[in-house]
Amino acid sequence: MEKNILEHHLNINRRRFLSRLSLGLGSVALGSLLMPKLFSRLGADDEPDFTPGIPNFAPKAKRVIYMFQDGAPSQLESFDYKPKLREMMGQELPPSVRGGQILTTMSAGQKSLPLAGSFYDFKQYGQSGAWISDLFPYTAKIVDDICIIRSMFTESFNHDPALTFFQTGATQGNRPCMGSWVSYGLGSDNKNLPTFTVLLSKGKGNGQGVYSKLWSNGFLDSIHQGVQLSNSESPVLYLNDPDGLDRLDRRRLLDKLAQLNEIDYKELGDPEIIAKMQQYEMAYRMQTAVPETLDISKESDDTIKMYGPDCLVPGTYAANCLLARKLSENGVRFVQLYHQGWDQHANLPQEMAGQAKDVDQASAALVTDLKQRGLLDETLVIWGGEFGRTNYSQGKLLKDNYGRDHHPRCFSIWMAGGGIKPGVVYGETDEFGYNIIKNKVHVHDFQATVLNQLGLDHTKLTFKNQGRRYRLTDVGGNVVRDILI
Amino acid sequence: MPPVSSNLKKLTQNEVDLIAKWIKQGAKFEKHWSFVPPRLWPLPPVKDKKWPKNEIDYFVLNKLEKYDLSPNPEADRERLLRRVCLDLTGLPPTLQMMDSFLANNSPKAYEKVVDELLKSPAYGEKMALHWLDVARFGDTYGYQNDNYRSQWPWRDWVIHAFNVDLSYDKFVTWQLAGDLMPNATKEQILATAFNRNHKITEEGGIIPEEYRVAYVTDRTNTFGKALLGITLECAHCHDHKYDPFSQKEYYQVFSFFNSVKESFEEQGGSQTYAKKPKMSITNDDVKNVLRFINKPDTDNLIVSVMGDSEVYRKTHILLRGDYNTYGDEVHPGTPKAILPFNDSYPQNRLGLARWLFDTANPLTARVFVNQMWQEIFGRGIVKTSADFGMQGGLPSHLELLDWLSVDFMRHGWDIKRLIRQMVMSATYRQSALMTPEKMKIDPEDVLLSRTSRSRLPAEIIRDVVLESSGLLVHSIGGPSVNPYQPAGLWESAGSSGSTFKDYKQSHGPNLYRRGIYTLVKKTVPPAAFAIFDASNRDQCEVNRSRTNTPLQALVMMNDPTVLEAARVLAAKLLEEKTGLNDKIFKAFRLIINRSPDQQELSILVSYYVQQQKIFDQRKAERVLNVGEYPIPSGMNKVELASMMEVVDAIYNLEEAITKS
Repeated sequence: MEKNILEHHLNINRRRFLSRLSLGLGSVALGSLLMPKLFSRLGADDEPDFTPGIPNFAPKAKRVIYMFQDGAPSQLESFDYKPKLREMMGQELPPSVRGGQILTTMSAGQKSLPLAGSFYDFKQYGQSGAWISDLFPYTAKIVDDICIIRSMFTESFNHDPALTFFQTGATQGNRPCMGSWVSYGLGSDNKNLPTFTVLLSKGKGNGQGVYSKLWSNGFLDSIHQGVQLSNSESPVLYLNDPDGLDRLDRRRLLDKLAQLNEIDYKELGDPEIIAKMQQYEMAYRMQTAVPETLDISKESDDTIKMYGPDCLVPGTYAANCLLARKLSENGVRFVQLYHQGWDQHANLPQEMAGQAKDVDQASAALVTDLKQRGLLDETLVIWGGEFGRTNYSQGKLLKDNYGRDHHPRCFSIWMAGGGIKPGVVYGETDEFGYNIIKNKVHVHDFQATVLNQLGLDHTKLTFKNQGRRYRLTDVGGNVVRDILI
Repeated sequence: MPPVSSNLKKLTQNEVDLIAKWIKQGAKFEKHWSFVPPRLWPLPPVKDKKWPKNEIDYFVLNKLEKYDLSPNPEADRERLLRRVCLDLTGLPPTLQMMDSFLANNSPKAYEKVVDELLKSPAYGEKMALHWLDVARFGDTYGYQNDNYRSQWPWRDWVIHAFNVDLSYDKFVTWQLAGDLMPNATKEQILATAFNRNHKITEEGGIIPEEYRVAYVTDRTNTFGKALLGITLECAHCHDHKYDPFSQKEYYQVFSFFNSVKESFEEQGGSQTYAKKPKMSITNDDVKNVLRFINKPDTDNLIVSVMGDSEVYRKTHILLRGDYNTYGDEVHPGTPKAILPFNDSYPQNRLGLARWLFDTANPLTARVFVNQMWQEIFGRGIVKTSADFGMQGGLPSHLELLDWLSVDFMRHGWDIKRLIRQMVMSATYRQSALMTPEKMKIDPEDVLLSRTSRSRLPAEIIRDVVLESSGLLVHSIGGPSVNPYQPAGLWESAGSSGSTFKDYKQSHGPNLYRRGIYTLVKKTVPPAAFAIFDASNRDQCEVNRSRTNTPLQALVMMNDPTVLEAARVLAAKLLEEKTGLNDKIFKAFRLIINRSPDQQELSILVSYYVQQQKIFDQRKAERVLNVGEYPIPSGMNKVELASMMEVVDAIYNLEEAITKS
């Protein structure tokens, strides 16, 4: 008995060793040479439901670009048109609509919860006739390419846990985020770039911060960590050669290292030594490939015009959208953007206009750009924040000024490409814009859908940690089939 | 049985065969191995009577012989010295240590080194590193605003506790319940900061009770994972699916941590911040009772610690783990499957600690011994060091784990003694040679027929670089420091409400402190460390992963920390009146801790010659322009840059960041 168990262990360990090595090499080629079983990353005695590196079924999307609107943009000034709120401007939120909902302590103490209509007008656009506010004129033009979901809801109404929930499927805990799960699930699609990259920008609006745990690998190997591309001269941390040294200097270094490591390998026989050298070679290639990929100097005038002049200013949202296209086009599986500043507790009309101006043109341009290049079909594009905002004003309601508190019960996002039905408006909220009355979409449903489009079954994409097979969708999630082509 | 809809696969043939075999053997149903108290097994027989150096080796060799494997010969003395220095102090040996060890032919030479290392203050720093992961220690509150808190005196205490060899039972009891001890000392109260190192939100609009419950949950889960090695957290929302813990029992443990008199208000200012309950540390305290704290001469220093309110807070089962959905009321207690709670113990954290260190508790000693084994040997005897439950791995050497655990308890939970046992064993001293045969039979070295090479932890990589270059500042403790970090990391992520979003890089000696003193901002932990798999200190972690990625290569090639160290060491070497070969020979010894062979040396020498031809004055000056440490005046810049490149190459060898 004991021998059996031990042998089984050894067997698993052989597999684990090889899998670690193959991941370490960052190469799909070696992986595909190995039996799929060899990828097994699970604990002691498991036959996994799932084989990292291979989709469960034919994917619709190969890559994801997720433009996260950090801070939670108001659905009531963007995609969820509620004329009733204008009619009832200043009147109390009816208790029957609120339904005993717990409010954040920021507005729970307010004596009055006056309904606030959108300061901005809405119009209908495109074949779908979707209502879009005047703050998003460019998005309005691509309305037939996107699917607006007005019936998202979430479980937390504080930024940190809600962001964490969107990315990791749990409000608390150090779990892997969506990009890491995808990296783990599908592996790399290119030899010289990271699988999962992160781009940050900030608007002038109230900023709530982002945290590197939002692109953390959690309990997955750190190879699945999101690589933050920075606005500084070195786009990937530590990417640039030291001052004074050129590529040839570095090549000479690598050649010497290879000779020296080879001596050590011959003496000790540890394959990790070879793997280490291969990582150095990949790093060396990345040093050329990343700047090449991020170089926008060869982009056409039309493209620059489409994204808007901001795209020439490094670190802006528009610049990041353009980079997102370039990274994605070059095989980066998951490009995660964050744009801060959407937390309009006060001064909403003014602040939100600024935020919308930051993102509207470039977000729409990205969809159009991908479409023109024939890439939209295989790229899933997502736009949205972590929760919605209240239909009543936080603080004093003036005709031209008000604020909105956090609201988890409903909010709007949009998706495009990657096998999502274009020109669709999905889900519906009540006339107060407070509760969902049709086709609710939970955050886990959203996550299940994203994975589904990538050919991954969210119930099978598991990793065993601390005795439990964890999933991005925790114990929930249903694919939103209605919005799939 | 799991429902069909759970999609669990059919049993494999191997599993079917196992069950069949078990039935044939009488289908005895036994308690899960880890819930049976450890036994002091007799030493098993071995054929090779000469090999064992202590008890550990009998257990290891007995198993090796069963598999017809023989242990590797002892590692060469240079590699052995490097290994034991890194394991016990996290620092490479100095030239003097190398010379004296190599010259000492006494059979006691190794033992002497071990005892010296155990006495070195760096031992406490090395040991503390693991414990800071366990205790999710960081310098900020985590969550959204992630402001600063002065929790570092607790870190200084941990280092001190390891250095004075505080026994494990006291070490943990003080951390769990120091405030409840009779006539609690300031030191004992400081130790309880362990349970306040978790994240604390400062976000606007939160519901305080929701977070208070989250903190109690964190303490409960940490208790389960770190000290008991079980997945107690699975019973947070429902009865445990695999292990015999009910949800009720979860909340019984929870209740021990539920009476903390917490306030969310920020206290302090300028350089010291904490939240109640807190303690103050005065200059007098540091002069008298808390001498281990490296405190700048300021007024009061405050630290968040534990402290219960006078009124016991009722605990209810929280249905589905929801903070405001109450089930039945529960009272303090512990999982019966492990060990029932003794009625004579006080029903508070002190009682919980007594339960933990009851010698009948089957887990406490095993879990810690296993964690230490993992730190020294690279892999636990139970590989899943945080899960000794049904879903965890089985021990590769159960009798050995048991023997060590019982021995540990019988010798007063003496940690240094335990570590000494491990590194004195013949098992530990084997070479790392991987023969094709061993690679085939046992690639992960479960059977311990050799020493597993392993890449060093992030902080230790930094330490090796700084120490070998002579830059390392050896002072212990004090406020955390901010070494070089790529620009804009904090600034691009921080929220507008944070008071701690601009990275203020340290200067002078604080640039050259050990990795353990690098400030950990929980939402944006040190970048180079994260790339080398360091914990982000978000939650209790007992086992870091060890990956090998291109980003790690980029750090080693381009991080100013490494480049500056290469420059500083190069300058020192050039100032010595020795020949080129001697200088490079010495650099290799300082970093790799062995003498290079002729071939290695000649490759490096040729690299120097090559670079010297390529560098002109201007290029050399640019290369040298890294880091804040001054360049000695009057040096030949081209020579210095060439030597810097050679040293940098040595830092980039696989061996430089590997324990071998």
